[in-house]
Amino acid sequence: MLLQQLVNGVTLGAVYTLLALSFSIVMGILGILNLAIAELFMIGGYLGFAVITAHLSLPVAVAAGMAGAAAISAVIEKIGYEPLRDAPLVTPMLSTLGFSIILQNIATNMWGSDPLQLPDEFLGGRIALGPVSIGELQLIVIGVTIVLVAVMAYIVQRTSMGRALRAVAENRDVARLLGVSGSRITLTAFMMSGALAGAAGVLIAIHYAAITPYVGVEIGLKAIAVMVIGGTSRIWGALLAGPLIGIAEVLTVAYGGSQIRDFVVYGFMIAILLFRPQGLLGGSGADQGQRV
Amino acid sequence: MSAPLLQLSDVTKSFGGIKALSGLSCEVRQGQIVGVIGPNGAGKTTLFNVITGAYRANSGDVNFDRQPITHWRPYRIARAGAVRTFQNIRLFSSMTVWEHLLVAQPGRGALWRRALPTRWADGAAIARAEEVLEFFGLKDVRNQIARSLSYGTQRKVEMARALTANPRLLLLDEPVAGMNHDEAEDIRRLMLRLRDGGLTILLIEHDMGFVMNLCDYLYVLDFGVLIAKGLPAEIQSDPIVMDAYLGKEA
Amino acid sequence: MSTYTASLLADVGILTLGALSVYVILATGQLSLGNAGFMAIGAYLASYLTVVAGVPLTSALVIAALCSGIIGVMIGFPALRLKGIFLAMATLGFGEMIRSLFLNLEITGGAGGFHGMAHVSVTYVWIWVGLILVLVWLMESSRAWLEMRAVADDETAANLIGLNTTMTKIGAFGMSAAVAAVSGGLFAHHHVYIEPGNFGFERSIDFVLAVILGGSTIGAGSLVGAALLVLLPEQLRALDDWRPAAFGALLIIVLLIRRQGILDRSLLRRFTFRKQAA
Repeated sequence: MLLQQLVNGVTLGAVYTLLALSFSIVMGILGILNLAIAELFMIGGYLGFAVITAHLSLPVAVAAGMAGAAAISAVIEKIGYEPLRDAPLVTPMLSTLGFSIILQNIATNMWGSDPLQLPDEFLGGRIALGPVSIGELQLIVIGVTIVLVAVMAYIVQRTSMGRALRAVAENRDVARLLGVSGSRITLTAFMMSGALAGAAGVLIAIHYAAITPYVGVEIGLKAIAVMVIGGTSRIWGALLAGPLIGIAEVLTVAYGGSQIRDFVVYGFMIAILLFRPQGLLGGSGADQGQRV
Repeated sequence: MSAPLLQLSDVTKSFGGIKALSGLSCEVRQGQIVGVIGPNGAGKTTLFNVITGAYRANSGDVNFDRQPITHWRPYRIARAGAVRTFQNIRLFSSMTVWEHLLVAQPGRGALWRRALPTRWADGAAIARAEEVLEFFGLKDVRNQIARSLSYGTQRKVEMARALTANPRLLLLDEPVAGMNHDEAEDIRRLMLRLRDGGLTILLIEHDMGFVMNLCDYLYVLDFGVLIAKGLPAEIQSDPIVMDAYLGKEA
Repeated sequence: MSTYTASLLADVGILTLGALSVYVILATGQLSLGNAGFMAIGAYLASYLTVVAGVPLTSALVIAALCSGIIGVMIGFPALRLKGIFLAMATLGFGEMIRSLFLNLEITGGAGGFHGMAHVSVTYVWIWVGLILVLVWLMESSRAWLEMRAVADDETAANLIGLNTTMTKIGAFGMSAAVAAVSGGLFAHHHVYIEPGNFGFERSIDFVLAVILGGSTIGAGSLVGAALLVLLPEQLRALDDWRPAAFGALLIIVLLIRRQGILDRSLLRRFTFRKQAA
C-alpha cells in the first residue's frame, strides 16, 4: 500500500518537477512569475489529449503539446513581456495574467468547461511488480520526465545558449555588460519554459486520464511552491522537490485529511522562503530580490 | 576638555580578505569641521558606512555622544544625531524637493501627527522644512522632482534633507563633487554658517582647495590606514601625505 | 435602483476596499498576492461574531479589522525580511494556507461554507468604502505616507537618514490586513453566504489588478480599477462567451499603453482644474 502510494506520488511529482522547471527558467532569468505558465500547461494538456484521441502515438502527443505551448509562449514574450521589460516587476506579471485569462477562455470555449475523459482504450495495462502495480502510463510519465530533464540539462550545461542562460541567471547586470544579448535569451527562456509546461500538461492529462480548463491554476500554484522549495536560484532543486511534494501530497490524501495537504505544502514553502531562501539543496548566498 | 562628539577606537572593517579599514582611531570634537581625505579606495566611504551603521565593524568601537553605537541599526544612529549624505546621490525618485524635507524629520512628532495631513497636524515639521529650504536657497525648485534637478542642486537637496533632522553631526560624502567653483564656494559659506550655529561636520572631499579652506582638522587615509592627522597647514606640508596623495594628484 | 444594480455597486465597493488593501502595501514598494487570506479572516470572523455571538455588525467589522490587523503585524515581522517577488510568493502561500485552513475548520462550516448573516444594504457598504477612502486620502498627504514612499524608493537610504523602515513596512502590512478584513466582512454580509473558495488566489489577483489598472500612485485609482473590473464585463455582454478573453486583451493593452494605470495625479489635477474653470 505504502509502496503503491510512493509510486503514485512520484508520478505526480514528475509533473510538478517539469512545471516547476518551467516557472524556474523565467524566474531565474527575468525575476518575474510568468502567470501564463499555468495555462500553457493546461493548453498543452488539451493539445496532447487531442493528438492521443486521434490515435497518434504518445511521443507525437508530447511533441504537439510542447510545440504548441512554446509557440504561444513566444507570442506572450513578444507582446506581453518585451515591451514591459523595464517596468516594475508587477507590470509584466499582470500582462502574463492577461494572457492566462485569454488562454483559459479559449479552452473553455473550444472544449467546454466539463472535464474530458480519456477513453478506456487508451489507458493501457498495468504491470505488477510484487505488491505494486504500475500503470503503463505512469511509467510513460516518469520516463518522459527523465528524458526531458536530461535534454534540458544538456542544453543548459553544454550548449552556448545554455551558458548564456546561466550567465544571465547568475547576474543580470553583469551579463548585460558582457554583451549577452538580452532579447534573444529572453525569447529562448520563454520558449523553453513554454515547452516544458506543455509537456507537463500532456503528462497530467495522461496521469489523470482527464483534463479540465481549470487544471492550470491548481497545479500551477503548487508548482510555484515546488520551485521555491527546490530553490529559486538553483533550478535543479526541483528534481528533488517535485517528487517530495508529490509523495507528501499523495500520502496526506491517503492517510488523513485530503484538504490539509495544501496547508502543509504552502506552509512548507513559506518556511523555506524564510529560513532557507536558497532552497532545500542550495548552498549559501540567497538572492535578495528586487523591488516590484 | 569635554569628550569628543564622535570617537572611533581601533576600528577594523574587512571584505573577504581585504581590509578596507584597519585599526582606525580618530575623533571629532563638538563644533568643528573635520575633513577626511585620501586617494580613491582609501576607505573614506567605508568609514562613513561604519559610523552610520550601513556596515558593521569587524572589531573596534564607535562612540557617538558618549553612547556605544557600534552595533546600532542605521536609523537609530541617525536619530541619535549622526545624519549623512551620499557620494552617489540617493534621493527618493518619486519625491519633490519639499517632500524630501518633510520625510526626513523622523524624530519629530507623535504617530498621530505623522499619520494625519501634515498641513493640519504638523506645523513644526513644516516650519523646519521652510527654514532649511530658505537656508539652502531651494525655494524656486520646491515643487520639482528632486532627481530631475541639476547635479549641484541635487547635492544641496541631500544636505538639506539631512539637516531637517536636526543632526548634531552632519556627515557629508563629497559635498561639492561635480560642482563648479561658485557653487562650491556657496556650499563652503553655508557650512561655515552651520558650524557657527554649533553644528559639527565630518566631510569627505577630493577638492583640496575646498578642504583646506574649510576644515578645522584633517585625517588622511591611505589603504584603510590612518597615515596623518593635523591642522590643514600641517597636512599640506607633511611629506608622507605629499607622497601618498598630493604627490600623485599633482 | 434594481437589486441587480445594487448588487453590482456593492461588489464595486467591496473590491475597492480589497484593492486599497493592496495599494497600501504597494506604497512601500512591496507586492502582496495573498490579501484574499486577510479578506477571508475578516469575512469568517465578522460572520461568526454576528451570527453566533450576536455582536452588532459594525462592532463585528471593527473587531475583525483589529484582529486581522494584529495578525498582519505578527506575520509581517518575519515575512518582511523578504522582498520583491519572494515576498509576493510568500504572501501567495499565506493566502492559500488560509483558504485551506477554512476548508478544514469545522466551526465555520468547512467546505460547506457558512451562512446565516443578515443582508446589508449597498448604502451600508458604501459608508465603509467612503470612510476608508477618505482615511487613505488623508494619509496620502501625511508624513507617514512619505515615509512609506521613501521605503519604496530607496529603503537603504531611508534607513540611513533615520526612518525605521521595518516599522513602516509592518505598519503598512497591518493596515492592509485590516482593510482587507473589512472588505471580507462586508462581502460576507452582502452575499450572506461564504465558502473558502470565495477567497482563493483569483481574488488576491483581482485586488492587484484593480490597483494596477486603476492607478497605483493614488488611492482613488483603486476605486476606478474596481469599478472597471466589476462593470466592464457587464458592458462586454455582446461578446457573450468571449468576455473574459476581451477583458484579458484589454488588460494587456492598458498595461502596454499606460503602465501607471488609468488614474494618476496629473490626470486627477486636469479633471479638478476643468471643474474649477467651468
